[in-house]
Amino acid sequence: MSHEHRLRFKTLVMVLLMVVCANTGDLMLARGMKQIGHVEITVPGLQHALWMTIQNASIWIGICFLIGFTLCYMTAVSWADYSFVMPAGAFGYAIQTMLAILVFHEVVSPRRWMGVTLICAGVLLVGQTKPNTTNVGVLPS
Amino acid sequence: MTSAGILMLIFFVLCNTGGEIAMSYGMKRVGEPAGFRPKELLRFVWAAARNRWLWLAIPLLAASFYSLLILFSWAPVSVVIPASASNFIVGTICAKYLLKEDVSRRRWLGVICVWVGVLLVIVPPKKKEGPSAHLSPDSRLERILKF
Repeated sequence: MSHEHRLRFKTLVMVLLMVVCANTGDLMLARGMKQIGHVEITVPGLQHALWMTIQNASIWIGICFLIGFTLCYMTAVSWADYSFVMPAGAFGYAIQTMLAILVFHEVVSPRRWMGVTLICAGVLLVGQTKPNTTNVGVLPS
Repeated sequence: MTSAGILMLIFFVLCNTGGEIAMSYGMKRVGEPAGFRPKELLRFVWAAARNRWLWLAIPLLAASFYSLLILFSWAPVSVVIPASASNFIVGTICAKYLLKEDVSRRRWLGVICVWVGVLLVIVPPKKKEGPSAHLSPDSRLERILKF
C-alpha cells in the first residue's frame, strides 16, 4: 500500500471515529438532560440542574465521547487538509437528526429536513473556502 | 422552538462564538509550540496560561456548554443540533469584523444557506387559519362536546 493510500485510509478511519464520537456524545448529553427534566431558569432551578448533571452518568459518558471527538478531530486535521475533514462535520447534522428519529422517536417534518439539508450545504460551502486568510502566524502580545 | 428556547439559543451562540474567538485570538498571540519536547511543551502551556484571552474563553465556553445542556432539556435533539449551526453565522461575522479575516463570497453563500436552514428548523410553521384557530383548547373541547 502506498503512503498516500495509507494516509487516506487512516484519515477516513479517524473521520469515521470523529463522527461516531460526536453523535454519540450529543445523544448521551440529550439522554441525560431528558432524565433530569425541564430546567427552570431560576437560581435554585439552575443550582439543582447543575447538581443533577454532575451526578448523571449519561452526561459524563457524553463528555468522554466529546473529548474523544476533539482528540480524533485534532489528529485528523494534523494528517489531512481541513477541507477534507470538514464535510464530516457538515453531514453530522443530518446523521444526528436521523439518530434523533431512531433513538428518541422524534418526529421530523419535511420542512425541518429541508432546513437540515440547507445547513449541511451551507457548512460544506463554508468548509471549502481557505482555512487561513490572514497570513498571520503570531500576533504581537 | 419556544421564545425562551430561542433566547437560550442566542445566549448559547454568543457564548460559544465569543469563547471560540477569544480562544483563537489568544492562541494566535501565544503562537505555536517551538517543539514537542516536554520542556518546550511546558513553556507553551505556561505562555497559554498567562494569556488573558484564554481565561476569557474558558468561562464563555463553559457557559455555552451549560446552555446547550439546558436546550437539550427544553427541545428535541433534532431541533437543538441543527439550530446550533447558527455558530457559523455569528462566527463568520465576528471573523470578518473582529479578526479581520477575508471572507469570500462562497463563504457568505454558505452562511446564508445555514441561516435559512436554521430558520426552517427553529421557526414553527404558521397554523392554518380556520374557524377554531383562535380558540383556547378548552373552548375547542366545549365545541366538540356540544357537537
